Amino acid sequence: MGQKITIEPITRVEGHGKVTIHLDLKGNVNQTRLHIVEFRGFERFVQGRPYWEAPVLVQRLCGICPVSHHLAAAKALDVIVGAGTGEGLTPTGEKMRRLMHYGQMFQSHALHFFHLASPDLLFGIDSDPLMRNVIGVAIMHKDLAVQGVMMRKFGQEIIKATAGKKIHGTGAIPGGINKNLSIEERDTFLNGADPMNIDKMIDWAQAAVDFFKEYHKQNKSLIDNFAAFPSNHLSLVRKDGAMDLYHGVLRAIDTDGKKILDDVDYQDYLEYIDEEVRAWSYMKFPYLYKIGRENGWYRVGPLARCNTAEFIPTPLAQKEFEIFKAYTNGKPNNMSMHMHWARLIELLHSGEMIKELLNDPDLQGNDLVTKGTKTNEGVGVIEAPRGTLFHHYKINDRDQIEMANLIVSTTNNNEPMNVAVNKVAKDVMTGHKKITEGMMNAVEVAIRAYDPCLSCATHALGQMPLEISLYDAHNNLLDKKRS
Amino acid sequence: MSTLIKFKIDGVECMAETGAYVVEAAVENGIFIPTLCNIKGVKPRGSCRVCTVLVNGRPMSACTTPVASGMEVENNIAELNDIRKAIIEALFVEGNHFCPSCEKSGNCELQALAYRFQMMVPRFPFDFPVRDIDASNPKIIKDHNRCILCKRCIRAIKTEDGKSVFAFKKRGRQLEINVDPDLGELFTDELAAKAAEICPVGAILLREKGYEIPIGQRKFDKEPIGSDIEKK
Ligand code: SF4
Repeated sequence: MGQKITIEPITRVEGHGKVTIHLDLKGNVNQTRLHIVEFRGFERFVQGRPYWEAPVLVQRLCGICPVSHHLAAAKALDVIVGAGTGEGLTPTGEKMRRLMHYGQMFQSHALHFFHLASPDLLFGIDSDPLMRNVIGVAIMHKDLAVQGVMMRKFGQEIIKATAGKKIHGTGAIPGGINKNLSIEERDTFLNGADPMNIDKMIDWAQAAVDFFKEYHKQNKSLIDNFAAFPSNHLSLVRKDGAMDLYHGVLRAIDTDGKKILDDVDYQDYLEYIDEEVRAWSYMKFPYLYKIGRENGWYRVGPLARCNTAEFIPTPLAQKEFEIFKAYTNGKPNNMSMHMHWARLIELLHSGEMIKELLNDPDLQGNDLVTKGTKTNEGVGVIEAPRGTLFHHYKINDRDQIEMANLIVSTTNNNEPMNVAVNKVAKDVMTGHKKITEGMMNAVEVAIRAYDPCLSCATHALGQMPLEISLYDAHNNLLDKKRS
Repeated sequence: MSTLIKFKIDGVECMAETGAYVVEAAVENGIFIPTLCNIKGVKPRGSCRVCTVLVNGRPMSACTTPVASGMEVENNIAELNDIRKAIIEALFVEGNHFCPSCEKSGNCELQALAYRFQMMVPRFPFDFPVRDIDASNPKIIKDHNRCILCKRCIRAIKTEDGKSVFAFKKRGRQLEINVDPDLGELFTDELAAKAAEICPVGAILLREKGYEIPIGQRKFDKEPIGSDIEKK
């Protein structure tokens, strides 16, 4: 008889973000911890499965950005089937995947900005949570809410045309893609009835960037100071230093902009990145091996990418990138709330990339898959909406997955999110023995800037379910509040 | 020489050649009777019971019952459809069927029937049996989690000299499908492809092939199971 192990849902999905704050004897914030329960079962589930199932299986990790997992796994398997790393695919294979990815970026960034972040900005951090949500935006700023919904839909339609389904499709297969883009599909995106065409989408993305810049002008101190702290930044960049969200080499810079990792082939990521285990957290803390545990942690995501990249290879986004860079005199930008700005520049870039790809006749090609000499190990890395995502697989000589290692964006951002929450807690909690609504909101906004893959962070229809516990120096619980 | 005889399915006058089984005679008359184990041209076994109909009021498997003159068959009635749905639900709970990542999804007859009978949540508790994947054969991978023991592979996949490629091994709840290890090259690529094709579920997988048909172009994406017959 087999043994039956029942895993209760609560141990797998944590409905609340949990934060513990410890005060010292003087009542100052001594330590803050953000507890993220991430069930890493997928690395175990895939063991023994035929390797070609990985892109379809592992994408189930996430319902918000499954395409990232789908493509990162497919890229790792490209190496295994001998199709090379990134550049080895046929033009149709590579460009269809890119289209899928930029479609995903577009919908995810639109979702994040319009559904999750804009309520905080439009109504203010201290506002009534009953209004500070996407429904509130729909009531008070109907045009913005409609744009958000339509942009998300447009990105999802791109995903459907490339992956077969809006969520959890099958498009990318080891060594390529299973379909091309028909002329009819292409034309619906290029010339669709207003507003569902790419030109309108680019206009709206530009308007979103402009909206943020205007908001920034009027709320400088909030946007510049809230949860700002120095850190390293890591992402993929194209070999020539351009922003590339689908493929490239690893680059990391320190807080002064000095390259501390450059031109690194991600097949060798284990030589550069290590993951620290801390007793109080299920989620590991990655850091750059060379720099060490203490100072080697880094940020990933839109802000990191705008810091590591030297330019953006599309004109409108490049113009915005220059303004963004000029704001910090070309130095790395360490302001957490500027994550939203960077995200919107990427939204614009993704729109432009989609247009460029749609106009490329390679998408109608029929040469879809490349294969070469098989190997038993491969690493796939992609810039997911929330940051760098690593997939690493080893297979046995019977085509079964033997080992899988995933470092997801939220794990990469584990330490930065802890630092951000700590900073906010210090600012708002010091000298208090009770947790107020305003403190809850501030912590929530800090976490949200990172857009972590938490069920709580994607709670679009209300405030983030958050639990904060405040302890004194002797570990006595002073206050506990749930939103 | 066969002669045409008359019989009725759900009160509709039908014609068939003598000796035809009810399932196939129904197809000729544009009526779909669901099955999971039956395959055209291979001797029927009646092992899945999904095709159960009432023949003159008595339950019989339509794939093994020849039509007879004046026979009254009841097929598309609530009572039978619920029994069929129950069988499909039972097959889902007694194996480990995770459609979302299965290569056969969209081409799977078990899944297609579940859609046809609008299965939402099975009425039986999940068994979650501990079963393995056998990747030892150079041509195919067998995923025992998904096998519904329909015997299609055993009955239909034969070498040129008539030897069965597949056979059952073990007994009872451990019963599983096995490939004759001594066949060597007699188990050709064509036979392997045919086995993967006729398996109603994703229990026989061709090596290094998967998800090559885009969503939207798979068999049951285009037409729900049975609709091709009903269109006739
Ligand atoms: S492997 Fe497929 S065809 Fe063979 S018995 Fe199992 S389900 Fe039927």
